[in-house]
Amino acid sequence: MTSGKVISVNGNMVRAEVDGDVSLNEVAYVIVGDQRLKSEVIRVRANTVEVQVFERTRGVGIGDQVEFTGEMLSVELGPGLLTQIYDGLQNPLPKLAEKHGFFLKSGVYLDPLPRESKWQFTPKASVGDTVERADTLGIVPEGVFEHQIMVPFSFYGTYKVKSIVDAGEYTVDDTIAEIEDEEGTVHKLTMIFDWPVKRSIDAYEERLKPTEPMITKIRLIDGFIPVARGGTYCIPGPFGAGKTVLQQITSRNAEVDIVVIAACGERAGEVVETLKEFPELIDPRTGRTLMERTVIIANTSSMPVAAREASVYTAVTIAEYYRQMGLHVLLLADSTSRWAQAMREMSGRLEEIPGEEAFPAYLESVIAAFYERAGVVRMRDGSLGSVTIGGTVSPAGGNFEEPVTQATLKVVGAFHGLSRARSDARKYPAIHPLESWSKYESSLDHAKQTYAQEILFKGNEVSQMMKVVGEEGTSLNDYIVFLKSDLIDSVYLQQDSFDPVDASVSVERQRHIFDVIFDIISAEYDLKEKEEARNYFNQLRQKFIDYNGTEWDSTEFHEQEKDIRETFEKRKTGVDEEAEYLLQKQESDRG
Amino acid sequence: MRKVYSKIESIEGNVISVHAEGIRNEDLAVVTSRHGESLAQVIRLDGDQVFLQVFSGGRGVSTGDELRFLGHPMQVSFSDNLLGRIFTGSGVPRDNGPELTENLIEIAGPSVNPAKRIIPRNMIRTGIPMIDVFNSLVESQKLPIFSLSGEPYNPLLARIAMQAEVDLIILGGMGLKYDDYLFFRDTLEEGGALSRTIFFVHTASDPVVESLMVPDLALAVAENFALNGKKVLVLLSDMTNFSDALKEISITMEQVPSNRGYPGDLYSQLASRYEKAVDFEGAGSITILAATTMPGDDVTHPIPDNTGYITEGQYYLRNERIEPFGSLSRLKQMVNKKTRSDHRPLMDGMIRIYAAYKESMEKKSMGFRMSDWDNKLLKYGTIFEREMMDLTVNIPLEKALDKGWQILAECFTPEETGLRSELINEYWPKEAIESEKQGEGES
Ligand SMILES: Nc1ncnc2c1ncn2[C@@H]1O[C@H](COP(=O)(O)OP(=O)(O)OP(=O)(O)O)[C@@H](O)[C@H]1O
Ligand SMILES: [Mg+2]
Repeated sequence: MTSGKVISVNGNMVRAEVDGDVSLNEVAYVIVGDQRLKSEVIRVRANTVEVQVFERTRGVGIGDQVEFTGEMLSVELGPGLLTQIYDGLQNPLPKLAEKHGFFLKSGVYLDPLPRESKWQFTPKASVGDTVERADTLGIVPEGVFEHQIMVPFSFYGTYKVKSIVDAGEYTVDDTIAEIEDEEGTVHKLTMIFDWPVKRSIDAYEERLKPTEPMITKIRLIDGFIPVARGGTYCIPGPFGAGKTVLQQITSRNAEVDIVVIAACGERAGEVVETLKEFPELIDPRTGRTLMERTVIIANTSSMPVAAREASVYTAVTIAEYYRQMGLHVLLLADSTSRWAQAMREMSGRLEEIPGEEAFPAYLESVIAAFYERAGVVRMRDGSLGSVTIGGTVSPAGGNFEEPVTQATLKVVGAFHGLSRARSDARKYPAIHPLESWSKYESSLDHAKQTYAQEILFKGNEVSQMMKVVGEEGTSLNDYIVFLKSDLIDSVYLQQDSFDPVDASVSVERQRHIFDVIFDIISAEYDLKEKEEARNYFNQLRQKFIDYNGTEWDSTEFHEQEKDIRETFEKRKTGVDEEAEYLLQKQESDRG
Repeated sequence: MRKVYSKIESIEGNVISVHAEGIRNEDLAVVTSRHGESLAQVIRLDGDQVFLQVFSGGRGVSTGDELRFLGHPMQVSFSDNLLGRIFTGSGVPRDNGPELTENLIEIAGPSVNPAKRIIPRNMIRTGIPMIDVFNSLVESQKLPIFSLSGEPYNPLLARIAMQAEVDLIILGGMGLKYDDYLFFRDTLEEGGALSRTIFFVHTASDPVVESLMVPDLALAVAENFALNGKKVLVLLSDMTNFSDALKEISITMEQVPSNRGYPGDLYSQLASRYEKAVDFEGAGSITILAATTMPGDDVTHPIPDNTGYITEGQYYLRNERIEPFGSLSRLKQMVNKKTRSDHRPLMDGMIRIYAAYKESMEKKSMGFRMSDWDNKLLKYGTIFEREMMDLTVNIPLEKALDKGWQILAECFTPEETGLRSELINEYWPKEAIESEKQGEGES
């Protein structure tokens, strides 16, 4: 193996002089006393190599030994990933805590997957079968999933199965099959293999267009700015606007098989909430705890910066691995800005020519490549799997005109922009309903949703105008439009994330109550004065808030709905022509 | 014996360089110049060239001065002897007491394993409604006070420190005005808390670089006390001075600035300090309250901005009041579900209406006619500011919640508040309902 000696130390960038061949992104270790600090090669110039050290570099000195491994930075893939809490380099944090107590210890790298656990293996391939990479050799149960034991993705070409073990219990290190390549070499396979994190897993037949909705159970998102399975979306917002809370509730309620959470350079405390609560929370879809469908990658803000850069790749690689089994995976990354900043720090130490706000010139292409790893794909056996990526962005000063937000907006399929004004006014989720957008299909009736969107838009115009001409300068009709848009906002777009019922709303319920809302906003009313109109809509709002708090399909739910309908039927005089037109048009378009 | 180097190659700002061998990253050295001794720390190694930041600053250092490497990074003594003592930003006594050299510990040590953290659970009561009701402070929280430079942020810090039930107070002063330092000392003394306080104080007249060590010293000591079961409150004032010192060093080192001259790693630098706040399972805890003065009252300035992204909320101090907008305690939901069932909805409801009041104020200032609704809001806003926001109000949480309902009832009918009916039934002041009914009966 190649080795070298340290010739300079600048923060977590170490330069070494080497005596042999080195490749980019290869893993190296800087040896300091009895510590081996994991590092990654990020630049090679003749026999001078720059590595970014994934640990603190306190105590590193000139002349210290550097060892190169010849291996790319990789993750270990196999059964047992679910429920794990890893750092950015796939070190299992609970195991590390068992060994070293309260504090993280540099230079300690444990096996990512437990070696002692036994898995109940059932073979699916037989001796003599021809197999390719990613073909299933057998399955083991992992929680509620059938975890497929596949031919490692780096095995290009075709192979013959020479032997495969009988059904039984095996550890991840046991050989479960032998396969022979075209040259006649036999390879022993276990249940695990490595894959380099910075390469996308591409062992599928075809990539498809994301069309199926990924239900988040957040009304505003599912109805107005939806996300599709296999799609991408971003949540930029100033600090404290609610990005993390939004991701936390999505990680609980989203209708997907598996959630990978990448806590990237944010507060450790936020990860703790997830990792303490998930083992207690039951996933209504499976009846098992949420933890059993979750993998957490936690490289929080005080953990080494270079490992932060690696952590999003570790997360997306694990997501792609499960997609390969025909599962729907959601990757939530909080915050992609911290990842971009890690790149910026390194780029600065490499003295690269800086771009805007000192971010490296390749920022955009790196962000694009990351989101490109999302997608719906069809496997060789016809099954579909998806990786959906949602990333938060933390723009400096809350201003979206900055490199990371702008680069992200160019590539994602939906934009959920958080607004300071809305979070200040405690209007949660503080997603700006008019500025945000999505390229995916809503779960609501198209015509009705379009109409509601129009009311929101007009209501906003009226409210802007009222700021200039006052309430007295506003016509009663305009004022009612404003009240209607305010009603949609307060009882449909806003949602109480901490209320047991309101926190997650099924699509069924969303469609149902949206019909009620539509009937209210598309109606014309017998209201004579603004004061009267305001009181009337206050009443409706009050009833609707109570309605949102009732259990779906319960007696109270139906009673409350009846009450709402009676209240508005009393004053209703007709239906807005525009609404009727939209519905009829949709009808005829369909017919 | 460690080798003494007597040829300083370059002096640029507060950074010097020498040719030396066998030196390790972040090692300490002592520079002896005409003006006395100063510590310096290795910040970069390049071949045999060693760059150090000099705590007392580069001014007055001469190329002929002596440099002696200590062979270890910065350390601080840790024992009960620290209690009641006052040190400089380099950890040297500034109170004429003896130098402490026993039980030296590493500063800026590794971070806590997230898997070992626990969910914060204890509310710290302050008697300030804007904190207790609207943005509860929680043990192990990290929270800055965003403030204009003239605001009474130091008195606020001192008041919370005195009212909070903690075992130990550690004050880290950075660029602290001498008067403010005396104020802290006197307040703590009057409150009888001096013997459980430790000061690491860098004052405005001390060399800038020396402030860089203050948070690490304070937090390393706090961490060790917390591991020994103590509830520690760390006050850091003012983190803006700390950040400016970071900026100065990075400019000297010719790093490409990312935003208004501040280094790209400002976020990571601040985070590694603030993330020291923790609640150790089975032992003590560290709560961090900091002051962050906002240059130009601009919350988007890189210092408050990066801070806001790191801390668990912030108190926004303006016109001697904690503003409801902008102020936030992100941990409040950990504790306010256990206080009283109306705590959360009331807190959100009152702020929502206060936001509407602000809008009405705006309309009013533009000369629009006020509707009945606007007038109700105006009344509400005035009472709210007087009875809740004023910093002189000092009442327990429960009283403050009751007062909240009274204010609402004084100004509105129940459905105008947007609060759920079950809550209204339980908490809406009974007299208000009575008198309303009577009112209806009469008309
Ligand atoms: N949906 C919500 N319902 C109620 N409160 C919320 C909601 N979203 C956010 N909040 C409040 O706002 C606080 C901050 O939210 P959050 O931590 O998600 O912000 P953030 O955008 O992630 O900020 P940062 O960029 O600093 O991490 C929360 O602690 C909570 O008090
Ligand atoms: Mg966040």
